[in-house]
Amino acid sequence: MMLRGLRILLGTQRSHIAVNLTAQKSTLAQVENGAVSSSVIEKLVEICGSKDVSTSTPVREQHGRDESYHHCEPPDVVVFPTSTEKVSQVARLCYDHQIPIIPFGSGTGMEGGVTASKGGVCVDVTKMDQIEAVNAEDFDCTVQSGVTRVGLNNSLRDTGLWFPVDPGADCTLCGMCATGASGTNAVRYGTMRENVMNLEVVLSDGRIIETAGKGTRTKKSSAGYNLTNLFVGSEGTLGIITKATLKLYGQPESILSAICHFPDVQSAVDTVVQTLQCGIPMARIELLCEKMMDAFNKYSNYDYKVTPSLFLEFHGAENHVDDQGKIVAELCEANGGTQFNWAKDMDERNKLWKARHMCFYAATSLRPGARWLATDVCVPISRLPEIVVETKKDIDNSSILGPIVGHVGDGNFHTVLVVMPDSPEEIAEASALHDRMAERAMKLGGTCTGEHGVGLGKRHHLVTQFGQGGMDVMMQLKQTLDPKNIMNPGKVLFTD
Amino acid sequence: MSMRVLVGVKRVIDYAVKVRVKPDKMGVVTDGVKHSMNPFDEIAVEEAIRLKEKKIVKEVVAVSCGPTQSQETIRTALAMGCDRGIHVEITGKEYENLQPFHVSKILAKIAKEEDVDMVILGKQAIDGDNNQTGQMTAAVLDWPQATFASEVKKNNGDLTVTREVDGGLETINVKLPAVITTDLRLNEPRYATLPNIMKAKKKPIAKKTVADYDVDISPRQEVLSVEDPPVREAGSKIIGNTV
Repeated sequence: MMLRGLRILLGTQRSHIAVNLTAQKSTLAQVENGAVSSSVIEKLVEICGSKDVSTSTPVREQHGRDESYHHCEPPDVVVFPTSTEKVSQVARLCYDHQIPIIPFGSGTGMEGGVTASKGGVCVDVTKMDQIEAVNAEDFDCTVQSGVTRVGLNNSLRDTGLWFPVDPGADCTLCGMCATGASGTNAVRYGTMRENVMNLEVVLSDGRIIETAGKGTRTKKSSAGYNLTNLFVGSEGTLGIITKATLKLYGQPESILSAICHFPDVQSAVDTVVQTLQCGIPMARIELLCEKMMDAFNKYSNYDYKVTPSLFLEFHGAENHVDDQGKIVAELCEANGGTQFNWAKDMDERNKLWKARHMCFYAATSLRPGARWLATDVCVPISRLPEIVVETKKDIDNSSILGPIVGHVGDGNFHTVLVVMPDSPEEIAEASALHDRMAERAMKLGGTCTGEHGVGLGKRHHLVTQFGQGGMDVMMQLKQTLDPKNIMNPGKVLFTD
Repeated sequence: MSMRVLVGVKRVIDYAVKVRVKPDKMGVVTDGVKHSMNPFDEIAVEEAIRLKEKKIVKEVVAVSCGPTQSQETIRTALAMGCDRGIHVEITGKEYENLQPFHVSKILAKIAKEEDVDMVILGKQAIDGDNNQTGQMTAAVLDWPQATFASEVKKNNGDLTVTREVDGGLETINVKLPAVITTDLRLNEPRYATLPNIMKAKKKPIAKKTVADYDVDISPRQEVLSVEDPPVREAGSKIIGNTV
């Protein structure tokens, strides 16, 4: 039986409480720290050009952290390749010298996925920022790894199409592929897993492949193994994604948003379950607990009622949207919901959802200097009421401030556990809350991470979720595709 | 009130594109480069459509001066909700040398011919950055102007416009007919939806030439050269009291 350990970060020290893993780990090559010699750096300059290679401390530090509470661990060098070919050459070089490679997009990850715990070369893909093709009639587009989701949608505005997956940040689309991201729209439009048609990936030894076939961009395919969805969610541990072909959707004809306030979390979540069971094609259903509403009001200058609330959005033809809104308003009322606020005006709606996207920052702003330990469990929708209520009780009984915000339409909710990064006690307490939450979720048929990825902090949860068999297969795939263990070591699996 | 509004839309290089200077240093590379509607013009179209939705305005006409591709820009305006378009075809060297001075005269003629009550333009185009067309058009028409508008409200037969000026916000009352130029904070333009793009294909775009308006567009300027801005040099650190 495997013992799970906690990973506690104490400033620049790390102490890893004993984890008894199987023998798999020892067959992976051990990566050396600081293996980037000056001759390797010279070769990187030959490949990328001196302007696109940096060893300066600020640049490296920028590339060693993301939005999580994990401390910065800078790589030894950062490169900014401008083509897939250059990425391939960099990979080959790192493969030959056994140097870790960490892909970096916008640095907005939530799980410490870009921390270079073994040093190495950080491959910043943002200079590959071209939208290579938009095929409006086929509802697809192909983008390089530096294109961000807001950048893509701005570029598409004349076509009547958009890419709806919307995690809060303006992240790179290929970063979204790497983490299997999702957003507030997933209840209607799906997550990255459902919306990636093809990927161009550079493997650890520099080989370049297209996961669905060369230039393939069909809505469906039965051809060969589903490599596309192997790399979606692989968090840079199996390859570097350099291009993605994505599904596009038509802009909704009409959009209606609404907020409804509830006496407690249970009645709010019950409303969600009933709404979905009515078959109403919600575009967004988001839950904010009362602590989050408080933070929301304070951060974005609103004056909404400080009780558990649902933020709703309906997409469709004008009359459909109005009808759907009426039905849901009735359901809310039946569950004790009050003060249904409608927002049809575009400026008002945009302001509202922007503020919702800022929730994590709003929560941490309640304690200046704090960072967040974000949880991301996801359960079948029918089990949502019980897990949210139990989790909230657990948090309320602790000393940690933990506002809740979630994509309840997908059964996914986040608790933003607000911790001081330099307080090991707080981090330990928050981690314990998280562990209990994940266990609760997995008992209910849930997953430990709905959209953020595993990164550093959830590796032990992964082990519980999959058990021996599943973990063995993942390790085997890792060993096959990355025999030298250079692809983002230490993430997703215990490979460090 | 059933007014008619004229909106100017210019086709420019998309704001997200990294502009490059041509090797002959006489202009920028435009071939194969993504173009779209000037962002301030999108705001102008949006404002006109909102006035129409509020039933203050009955008809919105979109006009563009430029080569054949300018029709795509007009189609986008139609997809956002404009009723019809006017394309004044100007190509080649004549288009390269076209200046606000010329455009304002064309717009003034169209405004009179179409009997409009309001001309709404973007405050400036992101290629020329001149910020002159609106003001000049008002002068040619001898109409009042409200530039850098961040809010436009109807006030009986007039308009109350809040303007963004250096000192802050200035609110003025403007008699109609008038020229308005839009600033960034006036509104957030809507996206064109697929059904509206389809409908826009059927809306009429009148094809005109400069001769139809009897305006002289002979160049009044000659471009001598176009260069990149100087490359930014690295800074230097001064440590202690060593200078």
